[in-house]
Amino acid sequence: MSSTWMTTRAWLLMLPLLVVMVAVIGWPLVDTVGLSFTDAKLVGTGGNYVGFDNYTNMLSSSNFSRTLVTTTLFAVISVAAEMVIGVLAALLLNQQFHGRAILRALMILPWALPTVVNATLWRLIYNPEYGALNAALTQLNLIDAYRSWLGEPGTALTALIVADCWKNFPLVALIALAALQAVPRDITAASLVDGAGPFNRFRFVILPYLAGPLMVALVLRTIEAFKVFDIIWVMTRGGPANSTRTLSILVYQEAFSFQRAGSGASLALIVTLLVTVLAVAYAALVRKTAGSAA
Amino acid sequence: MERRSPAFTIFIYGCALLLAAIILAPIAWLFIMSISPAADLAAKPLRWWPQAADFSRYQTLLSTAENSAGAAFTSSLRNSLEISGMATLAALALAIPAGWAVSRTPAIGWSLSMVIATYMLPPVALAVPLYMGLSHLGLLNNVFGLALVYLTILAPFTTWLMKSGFDSIPREIEAAAMIDGAGLFQTLRIITLPLAAPVMATSALFAVLLAWDEFFYALLFTSDQRAKTLTVAIADLAGGRVSDYGLIATAGVLAALPPVLIGLIMQRALISGLTSGGVKG
Repeated sequence: MSSTWMTTRAWLLMLPLLVVMVAVIGWPLVDTVGLSFTDAKLVGTGGNYVGFDNYTNMLSSSNFSRTLVTTTLFAVISVAAEMVIGVLAALLLNQQFHGRAILRALMILPWALPTVVNATLWRLIYNPEYGALNAALTQLNLIDAYRSWLGEPGTALTALIVADCWKNFPLVALIALAALQAVPRDITAASLVDGAGPFNRFRFVILPYLAGPLMVALVLRTIEAFKVFDIIWVMTRGGPANSTRTLSILVYQEAFSFQRAGSGASLALIVTLLVTVLAVAYAALVRKTAGSAA
Repeated sequence: MERRSPAFTIFIYGCALLLAAIILAPIAWLFIMSISPAADLAAKPLRWWPQAADFSRYQTLLSTAENSAGAAFTSSLRNSLEISGMATLAALALAIPAGWAVSRTPAIGWSLSMVIATYMLPPVALAVPLYMGLSHLGLLNNVFGLALVYLTILAPFTTWLMKSGFDSIPREIEAAAMIDGAGLFQTLRIITLPLAAPVMATSALFAVLLAWDEFFYALLFTSDQRAKTLTVAIADLAGGRVSDYGLIATAGVLAALPPVLIGLIMQRALISGLTSGGVKG
Protein backbone atom coordinates (compact mmCIF):
# COMPACT_ATOMS: atom_id res chain seq x y z
CA MET A 1 0.00 0.00 0.00
CA SER A 2 1.44 3.36 -0.97
CA SER A 3 2.22 5.81 1.77
CA THR A 4 0.42 8.62 -0.08
CA TRP A 5 -2.79 6.62 0.09
CA MET A 6 -2.13 5.85 3.77
CA THR A 7 -1.76 9.55 4.51
CA THR A 8 -4.82 10.51 2.44
CA ARG A 9 -6.86 7.86 4.22
CA ALA A 10 -5.68 9.14 7.60
CA TRP A 11 -6.70 12.68 6.67
CA LEU A 12 -10.12 11.42 5.56
CA LEU A 13 -10.65 9.73 8.95
CA MET A 14 -9.45 12.88 10.68
CA LEU A 15 -11.71 15.13 8.60
CA PRO A 16 -14.96 14.95 10.64
CA LEU A 17 -13.11 15.92 13.83
CA LEU A 18 -11.29 18.76 12.08
CA VAL A 19 -14.47 20.12 10.49
CA VAL A 20 -16.26 20.19 13.85
CA MET A 21 -13.24 21.71 15.61
CA VAL A 22 -13.02 24.47 12.99
CA ALA A 23 -16.75 25.13 13.41
CA VAL A 24 -16.87 25.28 17.21
CA ILE A 25 -13.33 26.48 18.07
CA GLY A 26 -11.50 27.81 15.00
CA TRP A 27 -14.19 30.08 13.64
CA PRO A 28 -15.26 31.49 17.05
CA LEU A 29 -11.63 32.26 17.89
CA VAL A 30 -11.08 34.11 14.60
CA ASP A 31 -14.37 35.92 15.12
CA THR A 32 -13.31 36.93 18.64
CA VAL A 33 -10.15 38.45 17.17
CA GLY A 34 -12.27 40.41 14.67
CA LEU A 35 -14.71 41.56 17.37
CA SER A 36 -11.89 42.73 19.61
CA PHE A 37 -11.14 45.55 17.15
CA THR A 38 -14.73 46.82 17.15
CA ASP A 39 -17.15 48.46 19.57
CA ALA A 40 -19.77 45.75 18.86
CA LYS A 41 -22.53 45.10 21.37
CA LEU A 42 -23.67 41.59 22.28
CA VAL A 43 -26.94 42.02 20.39
CA GLY A 44 -27.62 44.20 17.37
CA THR A 45 -25.43 45.20 14.47
CA GLY A 46 -21.72 44.63 13.90
CA GLY A 47 -20.20 47.74 15.45
CA ASN A 48 -17.44 50.02 14.14
CA TYR A 49 -13.74 49.41 13.73
CA VAL A 50 -11.87 51.03 16.62
CA GLY A 51 -8.33 49.69 16.10
CA PHE A 52 -6.46 48.81 19.28
CA ASP A 53 -8.63 51.04 21.49
CA ASN A 54 -10.21 48.09 23.35
CA TYR A 55 -6.79 46.68 24.14
CA THR A 56 -5.23 49.93 25.31
CA ASN A 57 -8.31 50.85 27.38
CA MET A 58 -8.39 47.42 28.96
CA LEU A 59 -4.67 47.17 29.70
CA SER A 60 -4.59 50.64 31.27
CA SER A 61 -7.70 50.15 33.41
CA SER A 62 -7.28 49.61 37.13
CA ASN A 63 -9.97 46.89 36.94
CA PHE A 64 -7.68 44.82 34.76
CA SER A 65 -4.53 45.17 36.84
CA ARG A 66 -6.40 44.46 40.07
CA THR A 67 -8.10 41.41 38.54
CA LEU A 68 -4.79 40.14 37.20
CA VAL A 69 -3.31 40.34 40.71
CA THR A 70 -6.33 38.51 42.20
CA THR A 71 -6.14 35.78 39.54
CA THR A 72 -2.39 35.33 40.05
CA LEU A 73 -2.83 35.15 43.83
CA PHE A 74 -5.60 32.58 43.48
CA ALA A 75 -3.66 30.45 40.98
CA VAL A 76 -0.27 30.56 42.73
CA ILE A 77 -1.51 29.97 46.29
CA SER A 78 -4.09 27.30 45.50
CA VAL A 79 -1.82 25.35 43.12
CA ALA A 80 1.15 25.56 45.50
CA ALA A 81 -0.99 24.36 48.41
CA GLU A 82 -2.45 21.55 46.31
CA MET A 83 1.04 20.40 45.32
CA VAL A 84 2.41 20.39 48.88
CA ILE A 85 -0.66 18.76 50.48
CA GLY A 86 -0.98 16.34 47.56
CA VAL A 87 2.63 15.13 47.85
CA LEU A 88 2.35 14.80 51.64
CA ALA A 89 -0.85 12.75 51.24
CA ALA A 90 0.85 10.57 48.61
CA LEU A 91 3.86 9.95 50.90
CA LEU A 92 1.39 8.89 53.61
CA LEU A 93 -0.58 6.63 51.25
CA ASN A 94 2.70 5.01 50.19
CA GLN A 95 3.29 3.81 53.77
CA GLN A 96 1.83 0.53 54.97
CA PHE A 97 -1.09 0.72 57.38
CA HIS A 98 -4.49 -0.90 57.85
CA GLY A 99 -7.22 0.77 55.85
CA ARG A 100 -4.84 2.17 53.24
CA ALA A 101 -6.86 0.76 50.32
CA ILE A 102 -10.05 2.38 51.62
CA LEU A 103 -8.36 5.73 52.19
CA ARG A 104 -6.91 5.60 48.68
CA ALA A 105 -10.37 4.90 47.25
CA LEU A 106 -11.82 7.84 49.22
CA MET A 107 -9.38 10.20 47.52
CA ILE A 108 -11.44 9.95 44.33
CA LEU A 109 -14.49 11.53 46.03
CA PRO A 110 -13.56 15.25 45.96
CA TRP A 111 -12.28 14.81 42.40
CA ALA A 112 -15.57 13.24 41.29
CA LEU A 113 -17.78 15.80 43.03
CA PRO A 114 -19.02 18.28 40.37
CA THR A 115 -17.34 21.69 40.67
CA VAL A 116 -20.66 23.47 41.16
CA VAL A 117 -21.71 21.03 43.90
CA ASN A 118 -18.35 21.57 45.61
CA ALA A 119 -18.82 25.35 45.43
CA THR A 120 -22.37 25.08 46.76
CA LEU A 121 -21.27 22.80 49.59
CA TRP A 122 -18.57 25.24 50.74
CA ARG A 123 -20.93 28.17 50.36
CA LEU A 124 -23.23 26.41 52.84
CA ILE A 125 -20.30 25.63 55.16
CA TYR A 126 -19.24 29.32 55.14
CA ASN A 127 -22.81 30.58 55.59
CA PRO A 128 -22.74 33.63 57.93
CA GLU A 129 -25.89 32.66 59.88
CA TYR A 130 -26.13 28.89 59.90
CA GLY A 131 -22.83 27.68 58.45
CA ALA A 132 -20.97 24.70 59.87
CA LEU A 133 -17.65 26.58 60.03
CA ASN A 134 -19.09 29.30 62.26
CA ALA A 135 -20.84 26.70 64.41
CA ALA A 136 -17.71 24.57 64.80
CA LEU A 137 -15.39 27.50 65.57
CA THR A 138 -17.87 28.94 68.08
CA GLN A 139 -18.40 25.63 69.83
CA LEU A 140 -14.61 25.23 70.06
CA ASN A 141 -14.43 28.78 71.47
CA LEU A 142 -12.11 29.89 68.67
CA ILE A 143 -14.34 32.80 67.62
CA ASP A 144 -16.79 34.87 69.69
CA ALA A 145 -19.28 35.83 66.99
CA TYR A 146 -20.36 34.36 63.67
CA ARG A 147 -18.48 35.82 60.71
CA SER A 148 -19.35 36.30 57.07
CA TRP A 149 -16.40 34.42 55.58
CA LEU A 150 -17.42 35.03 51.97
CA GLY A 151 -18.86 38.47 52.69
CA GLU A 152 -15.68 40.16 53.93
CA PRO A 153 -12.98 41.17 51.42
CA GLY A 154 -10.33 40.09 53.92
CA THR A 155 -11.36 36.43 54.07
CA ALA A 156 -13.30 35.72 50.86
CA LEU A 157 -10.33 34.85 48.63
CA THR A 158 -8.79 32.59 51.30
CA ALA A 159 -12.13 30.84 51.79
CA LEU A 160 -12.33 30.23 48.03
CA ILE A 161 -8.77 28.89 47.90
CA VAL A 162 -9.52 26.41 50.71
CA ALA A 163 -12.58 25.13 48.82
CA ASP A 164 -10.59 24.83 45.59
CA CYS A 165 -7.70 23.03 47.31
CA TRP A 166 -10.00 20.53 48.97
CA LYS A 167 -11.36 19.50 45.58
CA ASN A 168 -8.06 19.38 43.73
CA PHE A 169 -5.31 18.16 46.08
CA PRO A 170 -6.52 14.51 45.93
CA LEU A 171 -5.82 14.38 42.18
CA VAL A 172 -2.26 15.59 42.77
CA ALA A 173 -1.97 12.98 45.53
CA LEU A 174 -3.11 10.16 43.21
CA ILE A 175 -0.66 11.26 40.48
CA ALA A 176 2.20 11.51 43.00
CA LEU A 177 1.27 8.15 44.52
CA ALA A 178 1.47 6.43 41.13
CA ALA A 179 4.93 7.98 40.65
CA LEU A 180 6.05 6.93 44.15
CA GLN A 181 5.05 3.35 43.44
CA ALA A 182 7.36 3.40 40.44
CA VAL A 183 10.42 4.11 42.65
CA PRO A 184 12.39 0.83 42.67
CA ARG A 185 12.55 -0.73 46.15
CA ASP A 186 16.26 -1.59 45.87
CA ILE A 187 17.14 2.08 45.37
CA THR A 188 15.40 3.20 48.57
CA ALA A 189 16.90 0.19 50.35
CA ALA A 190 20.39 1.10 49.09
CA SER A 191 20.00 4.70 50.28
CA LEU A 192 19.02 3.36 53.72
CA VAL A 193 22.13 1.18 53.82
CA ASP A 194 24.18 4.22 52.82
CA GLY A 195 22.74 6.02 55.84
CA ALA A 196 20.63 8.68 54.12
CA GLY A 197 18.19 10.43 56.49
CA PRO A 198 14.51 10.86 55.60
CA PHE A 199 14.98 14.35 54.15
CA ASN A 200 17.98 13.45 52.01
CA ARG A 201 16.21 10.31 50.91
CA PHE A 202 13.20 12.36 49.78
CA ARG A 203 15.30 15.06 48.11
CA PHE A 204 17.84 12.88 46.25
CA VAL A 205 16.20 9.48 45.86
CA ILE A 206 12.44 9.99 45.64
CA LEU A 207 11.99 13.51 44.27
CA PRO A 208 13.66 12.78 40.90
CA TYR A 209 10.98 10.14 40.27
CA LEU A 210 8.22 12.58 41.26
CA ALA A 211 9.51 15.59 39.32
CA GLY A 212 8.20 14.63 35.86
CA PRO A 213 4.60 13.66 36.77
CA LEU A 214 4.36 16.55 39.26
CA MET A 215 5.46 19.07 36.64
CA VAL A 216 2.71 17.87 34.31
CA ALA A 217 0.15 18.15 37.13
CA LEU A 218 1.52 21.62 37.98
CA VAL A 219 1.13 22.83 34.38
CA LEU A 220 -2.41 21.53 34.00
CA ARG A 221 -3.55 22.80 37.39
CA THR A 222 -2.00 26.25 36.86
CA ILE A 223 -3.68 26.68 33.48
CA GLU A 224 -7.00 25.64 35.01
CA ALA A 225 -6.58 27.88 38.04
CA PHE A 226 -5.78 30.82 35.77
CA LYS A 227 -8.98 30.23 33.80
CA VAL A 228 -11.08 29.72 36.97
CA PHE A 229 -14.74 30.71 36.71
CA ASP A 230 -17.23 28.16 38.08
CA ILE A 231 -16.26 27.97 41.76
CA ILE A 232 -15.96 31.75 42.06
CA TRP A 233 -19.19 32.47 40.24
CA VAL A 234 -21.17 30.13 42.49
CA MET A 235 -19.52 31.18 45.76
CA THR A 236 -19.04 34.96 45.46
CA ARG A 237 -19.68 36.14 41.85
CA GLY A 238 -16.39 38.02 42.18
CA GLY A 239 -17.43 39.97 45.29
CA PRO A 240 -17.39 41.33 47.92
CA ALA A 241 -16.15 44.65 46.54
CA ASN A 242 -14.60 42.73 43.61
CA SER A 243 -12.07 41.15 45.98
CA THR A 244 -12.43 37.71 44.35
CA ARG A 245 -12.95 38.84 40.76
CA THR A 246 -10.72 36.82 38.43
CA LEU A 247 -10.02 37.43 34.74
CA SER A 248 -12.72 35.03 33.49
CA ILE A 249 -15.30 36.73 35.73
CA LEU A 250 -14.23 40.13 34.41
CA VAL A 251 -14.62 38.95 30.79
CA TYR A 252 -18.06 37.56 31.63
CA GLN A 253 -19.15 40.86 33.18
CA GLU A 254 -17.76 42.93 30.31
CA ALA A 255 -19.17 40.80 27.46
CA PHE A 256 -22.41 39.48 28.94
CA SER A 257 -23.47 41.64 31.92
CA PHE A 258 -22.55 44.95 30.22
CA GLN A 259 -23.04 43.45 26.72
CA ARG A 260 -19.83 45.06 25.45
CA ALA A 261 -18.88 42.22 23.09
CA GLY A 262 -15.95 44.07 21.49
CA SER A 263 -14.11 45.04 24.64
CA GLY A 264 -14.98 41.68 26.23
CA ALA A 265 -13.39 39.94 23.24
CA SER A 266 -10.19 41.97 23.57
CA LEU A 267 -9.96 41.05 27.25
CA ALA A 268 -10.62 37.37 26.47
CA LEU A 269 -7.73 37.41 24.00
CA ILE A 270 -5.41 39.05 26.53
CA VAL A 271 -6.27 36.21 28.95
CA THR A 272 -5.68 33.64 26.18
CA LEU A 273 -2.28 35.17 25.47
CA LEU A 274 -1.32 35.09 29.17
CA VAL A 275 -2.34 31.43 29.47
CA THR A 276 -0.41 30.57 26.29
CA VAL A 277 2.77 32.29 27.53
CA LEU A 278 2.38 30.43 30.83
CA ALA A 279 1.88 27.09 29.06
CA VAL A 280 4.87 27.57 26.72
CA ALA A 281 7.13 28.58 29.61
CA TYR A 282 5.98 25.57 31.58
CA ALA A 283 6.40 23.20 28.62
CA ALA A 284 10.06 24.27 28.40
CA LEU A 285 10.40 23.68 32.14
CA VAL A 286 8.80 20.22 31.88
CA ARG A 287 11.19 19.23 29.10
CA LYS A 288 14.14 20.41 31.23
CA THR A 289 12.91 18.54 34.34
CA ALA A 290 12.24 15.39 32.32
CA GLY A 291 15.72 15.68 30.81
CA SER A 292 17.50 16.08 34.15
CA ALA A 293 15.47 13.33 35.85
CA ALA A 294 16.27 10.76 33.16
CA MET B 1 10.94 -4.02 54.77
CA GLU B 2 12.00 -1.13 56.89
CA ARG B 3 11.08 -1.61 60.54
CA ARG B 4 9.09 1.21 62.13
CA SER B 5 9.29 2.54 65.63
CA PRO B 6 5.98 2.52 67.58
CA ALA B 7 6.01 6.32 67.66
CA PHE B 8 6.25 6.44 63.87
CA THR B 9 3.40 3.95 63.52
CA ILE B 10 1.19 6.09 65.77
CA PHE B 11 2.18 9.14 63.71
CA ILE B 12 1.18 7.34 60.48
CA TYR B 13 -2.22 6.33 61.87
CA GLY B 14 -2.79 9.85 63.20
CA CYS B 15 -2.07 11.32 59.76
CA ALA B 16 -4.29 8.73 58.06
CA LEU B 17 -7.19 9.62 60.36
CA LEU B 18 -6.64 13.33 59.72
CA LEU B 19 -6.63 12.79 55.94
CA ALA B 20 -9.78 10.66 56.11
CA ALA B 21 -11.49 13.36 58.21
CA ILE B 22 -10.47 16.12 55.77
CA ILE B 23 -11.85 14.16 52.82
CA LEU B 24 -15.01 12.86 54.45
CA ALA B 25 -16.20 15.67 56.72
CA PRO B 26 -17.49 18.05 54.01
CA ILE B 27 -19.13 15.22 52.03
CA ALA B 28 -20.73 13.73 55.13
CA TRP B 29 -21.98 17.18 56.13
CA LEU B 30 -23.60 17.64 52.69
CA PHE B 31 -25.51 14.40 53.21
CA ILE B 32 -26.42 15.18 56.84
CA MET B 33 -27.77 18.60 55.79
CA SER B 34 -29.93 16.88 53.18
CA ILE B 35 -31.68 14.70 55.80
CA SER B 36 -31.77 17.14 58.75
CA PRO B 37 -35.05 18.91 59.56
CA ALA B 38 -34.84 22.62 58.68
CA ALA B 39 -35.16 23.54 62.37
CA ASP B 40 -32.02 21.54 63.25
CA LEU B 41 -30.01 23.33 60.56
CA ALA B 42 -31.07 26.75 61.84
CA ALA B 43 -30.53 25.87 65.51
CA LYS B 44 -27.90 27.67 67.56
CA PRO B 45 -25.81 25.93 68.69
CA LEU B 46 -26.01 23.94 65.48
CA ARG B 47 -27.34 20.40 65.82
CA TRP B 48 -24.73 18.24 64.06
CA TRP B 49 -26.83 15.10 63.99
CA PRO B 50 -30.55 15.14 63.08
CA GLN B 51 -32.96 14.00 65.78
CA ALA B 52 -34.87 12.13 63.10
CA ALA B 53 -33.71 11.53 59.53
CA ASP B 54 -35.95 13.33 57.08
CA PHE B 55 -35.80 12.10 53.49
CA SER B 56 -38.78 14.17 52.33
CA ARG B 57 -36.58 16.60 50.39
CA TYR B 58 -35.51 13.82 48.04
CA GLN B 59 -39.18 13.19 47.36
CA THR B 60 -39.78 16.92 46.83
CA LEU B 61 -36.98 17.27 44.30
CA LEU B 62 -37.80 14.09 42.39
CA SER B 63 -41.51 14.81 42.10
CA THR B 64 -42.67 16.00 38.71
CA ALA B 65 -45.74 17.94 39.80
CA GLU B 66 -46.40 21.05 37.69
CA ASN B 67 -44.60 24.26 38.83
CA SER B 68 -43.02 22.63 41.89
CA ALA B 69 -39.36 22.82 42.92
CA GLY B 70 -39.25 19.22 41.74
CA ALA B 71 -40.36 20.08 38.20
CA ALA B 72 -37.41 22.46 37.72
CA PHE B 73 -35.01 19.94 39.20
CA THR B 74 -36.18 16.89 37.27
CA SER B 75 -36.22 18.80 33.98
CA SER B 76 -32.61 19.92 34.58
CA LEU B 77 -31.71 16.33 35.46
CA ARG B 78 -33.22 15.14 32.18
CA ASN B 79 -31.46 17.91 30.23
CA SER B 80 -28.11 17.01 31.81
CA LEU B 81 -28.61 13.34 30.93
CA GLU B 82 -29.62 14.15 27.35
CA ILE B 83 -26.84 16.66 26.76
CA SER B 84 -24.06 14.51 28.27
CA GLY B 85 -25.33 11.48 26.36
CA MET B 86 -25.52 13.22 23.00
CA ALA B 87 -22.23 15.07 23.42
CA THR B 88 -20.45 11.87 24.50
CA LEU B 89 -21.76 9.85 21.53
CA ALA B 90 -20.84 12.62 19.10
CA ALA B 91 -17.38 13.03 20.65
CA LEU B 92 -16.69 9.29 20.37
CA ALA B 93 -17.95 9.20 16.77
CA LEU B 94 -15.36 11.88 15.94
CA ALA B 95 -12.62 10.57 18.23
CA ILE B 96 -12.51 6.90 17.22
CA PRO B 97 -11.63 7.35 13.52
CA ALA B 98 -9.40 10.36 14.24
CA GLY B 99 -7.59 8.60 17.11
CA TRP B 100 -6.94 5.52 14.98
CA ALA B 101 -5.73 7.60 12.03
CA VAL B 102 -3.22 9.53 14.14
CA SER B 103 -2.07 6.39 15.94
CA ARG B 104 -1.31 4.55 12.67
CA THR B 105 -0.12 7.53 10.63
CA PRO B 106 2.23 9.60 12.80
CA ALA B 107 2.80 11.99 9.87
CA ILE B 108 -0.54 13.67 10.64
CA GLY B 109 0.08 13.77 14.39
CA TRP B 110 0.60 17.54 14.35
CA SER B 111 -3.08 18.05 13.56
CA LEU B 112 -4.04 16.29 16.79
CA SER B 113 -1.48 18.36 18.70
CA MET B 114 -3.23 21.47 17.41
CA VAL B 115 -6.61 20.11 18.50
CA ILE B 116 -5.25 19.31 21.98
CA ALA B 117 -3.60 22.74 22.28
CA THR B 118 -7.11 24.24 22.30
CA TYR B 119 -7.26 23.03 25.92
CA MET B 120 -5.36 26.19 26.80
CA LEU B 121 -8.09 28.44 25.42
CA PRO B 122 -10.27 29.90 28.15
CA PRO B 123 -13.95 29.29 27.25
CA VAL B 124 -14.49 33.05 27.49
CA ALA B 125 -12.39 33.42 24.31
CA LEU B 126 -15.04 31.52 22.33
CA ALA B 127 -18.15 32.50 24.25
CA VAL B 128 -19.24 35.66 22.40
CA PRO B 129 -19.11 34.25 18.83
CA LEU B 130 -20.66 30.98 20.02
CA TYR B 131 -23.47 32.94 21.64
CA MET B 132 -24.05 34.94 18.47
CA GLY B 133 -23.79 31.81 16.29
CA LEU B 134 -26.23 29.77 18.39
CA SER B 135 -28.61 32.71 18.48
CA HIS B 136 -28.40 32.98 14.67
CA LEU B 137 -29.16 29.25 14.28
CA GLY B 138 -31.99 29.39 16.84
CA LEU B 139 -30.06 26.99 19.08
CA LEU B 140 -29.83 29.15 22.21
CA ASN B 141 -31.59 27.52 25.18
CA ASN B 142 -31.57 24.23 23.28
CA VAL B 143 -30.14 20.85 24.31
CA PHE B 144 -28.73 20.17 20.82
CA GLY B 145 -26.99 23.54 20.75
CA LEU B 146 -25.37 23.00 24.14
CA ALA B 147 -24.32 19.42 23.23
CA LEU B 148 -22.67 20.84 20.09
CA VAL B 149 -20.78 23.43 22.14
CA TYR B 150 -19.66 20.72 24.59
CA LEU B 151 -17.72 19.11 21.73
CA THR B 152 -15.17 21.93 22.19
CA ILE B 153 -14.28 20.28 25.51
CA LEU B 154 -15.09 16.60 24.92
CA ALA B 155 -13.74 15.94 21.41
CA PRO B 156 -10.05 16.90 21.95
CA PHE B 157 -9.90 14.95 25.20
CA THR B 158 -11.54 11.75 23.91
CA THR B 159 -9.43 11.81 20.72
CA TRP B 160 -6.29 12.00 22.80
CA LEU B 161 -7.45 9.08 25.00
CA MET B 162 -8.45 6.97 21.96
CA LYS B 163 -5.12 7.68 20.26
CA SER B 164 -3.17 6.41 23.29
CA GLY B 165 -5.49 3.40 23.42
CA PHE B 166 -4.87 2.49 19.76
CA ASP B 167 -1.12 3.03 20.34
CA SER B 168 -1.16 0.09 22.77
CA ILE B 169 -2.77 -2.25 20.21
CA PRO B 170 0.05 -3.65 18.03
CA ARG B 171 -0.25 -2.85 14.31
CA GLU B 172 1.04 -6.36 13.61
CA ILE B 173 -2.35 -7.81 14.62
CA GLU B 174 -4.04 -5.62 12.01
CA ALA B 175 -1.37 -6.45 9.41
CA ALA B 176 -1.85 -10.19 10.02
CA ALA B 177 -5.61 -9.93 9.51
CA MET B 178 -5.07 -8.01 6.28
CA ILE B 179 -2.63 -10.63 4.98
CA ASP B 180 -5.33 -13.22 5.67
CA GLY B 181 -7.49 -11.27 3.23
CA ALA B 182 -9.58 -9.02 5.45
CA GLY B 183 -10.26 -5.52 4.15
CA LEU B 184 -9.44 -2.46 6.22
CA PHE B 185 -12.91 -1.90 7.61
CA GLN B 186 -13.40 -5.62 8.27
CA THR B 187 -10.08 -5.63 10.17
CA LEU B 188 -11.10 -2.63 12.24
CA ARG B 189 -14.51 -4.11 13.00
CA ILE B 190 -13.34 -7.63 13.87
CA ILE B 191 -9.90 -6.99 15.40
CA THR B 192 -9.14 -3.41 16.41
CA LEU B 193 -12.40 -2.03 17.76
CA PRO B 194 -13.14 -5.00 20.07
CA LEU B 195 -9.60 -4.70 21.45
CA ALA B 196 -10.17 -0.97 21.94
CA ALA B 197 -13.49 -1.48 23.75
CA PRO B 198 -12.07 -0.83 27.25
CA VAL B 199 -10.47 2.43 26.09
CA MET B 200 -13.72 3.45 24.44
CA ALA B 201 -15.56 2.80 27.71
CA THR B 202 -13.02 4.86 29.68
CA SER B 203 -13.21 7.70 27.14
CA ALA B 204 -17.00 7.64 27.28
CA LEU B 205 -17.01 7.81 31.09
CA PHE B 206 -14.56 10.72 31.12
CA ALA B 207 -16.64 12.50 28.48
CA VAL B 208 -19.83 12.02 30.51
CA LEU B 209 -18.08 13.35 33.63
CA LEU B 210 -16.79 16.43 31.78
CA ALA B 211 -20.21 17.19 30.29
CA TRP B 212 -21.99 16.58 33.61
CA ASP B 213 -19.59 18.99 35.35
CA GLU B 214 -19.76 21.80 32.76
CA PHE B 215 -21.17 25.09 34.02
CA PHE B 216 -19.89 28.12 32.10
CA TYR B 217 -21.45 27.46 28.68
CA ALA B 218 -24.63 26.11 30.28
CA LEU B 219 -24.97 29.33 32.31
CA LEU B 220 -24.56 31.46 29.18
CA PHE B 221 -26.53 29.51 26.62
CA THR B 222 -29.58 28.25 28.56
CA SER B 223 -32.35 30.24 30.18
CA ASP B 224 -35.23 27.98 31.24
CA GLN B 225 -36.41 24.42 31.85
CA ARG B 226 -36.10 23.50 28.17
CA ALA B 227 -32.30 23.35 28.36
CA LYS B 228 -31.01 24.35 31.82
CA THR B 229 -28.61 21.73 33.13
CA LEU B 230 -28.19 20.43 36.68
CA THR B 231 -25.16 22.62 37.37
CA VAL B 232 -27.13 25.76 36.47
CA ALA B 233 -30.15 24.57 38.46
CA ILE B 234 -27.96 24.06 41.54
CA ALA B 235 -26.24 27.42 41.13
CA ASP B 236 -29.72 28.99 40.87
CA LEU B 237 -30.75 27.28 44.11
CA ALA B 238 -27.53 28.28 45.88
CA GLY B 239 -27.75 31.89 44.72
CA GLY B 240 -31.50 32.30 45.14
CA ARG B 241 -33.57 33.00 48.20
CA VAL B 242 -34.17 29.39 49.18
CA SER B 243 -34.66 29.43 52.94
CA ASP B 244 -34.17 25.69 53.41
CA TYR B 245 -30.45 24.93 53.07
CA GLY B 246 -31.25 21.25 53.30
CA LEU B 247 -32.98 21.45 49.92
CA ILE B 248 -29.86 22.90 48.29
CA ALA B 249 -27.79 20.14 49.91
CA THR B 250 -30.22 17.50 48.62
CA ALA B 251 -29.88 18.81 45.06
CA GLY B 252 -26.10 18.64 45.52
CA VAL B 253 -26.22 15.03 46.73
CA LEU B 254 -28.40 13.98 43.78
CA ALA B 255 -26.17 15.76 41.24
CA ALA B 256 -23.01 14.30 42.80
CA LEU B 257 -24.28 10.72 42.97
CA PRO B 258 -23.70 9.64 39.32
CA PRO B 259 -20.13 11.03 38.97
CA VAL B 260 -19.12 9.81 42.43
CA LEU B 261 -20.35 6.28 41.61
CA ILE B 262 -18.56 6.38 38.25
CA GLY B 263 -15.40 7.59 40.00
CA LEU B 264 -15.46 4.80 42.57
CA ILE B 265 -16.15 2.13 39.93
CA MET B 266 -13.49 3.47 37.57
CA GLN B 267 -10.94 3.46 40.36
CA ARG B 268 -11.68 -0.16 41.14
CA ALA B 269 -11.00 -0.99 37.48
CA LEU B 270 -7.79 1.01 37.68
CA ILE B 271 -6.56 -0.74 40.82
CA SER B 272 -7.47 -4.22 39.52
CA GLY B 273 -5.57 -3.39 36.32
CA LEU B 274 -2.53 -2.42 38.37
CA THR B 275 -2.59 -5.55 40.53
CA SER B 276 -3.09 -7.93 37.60
CA GLY B 277 -0.15 -6.23 35.89
CA GLY B 278 1.85 -6.81 39.08
CA VAL B 279 1.00 -10.52 39.10
CA LYS B 280 2.06 -10.93 35.49
CA GLY B 281 5.23 -8.86 35.95
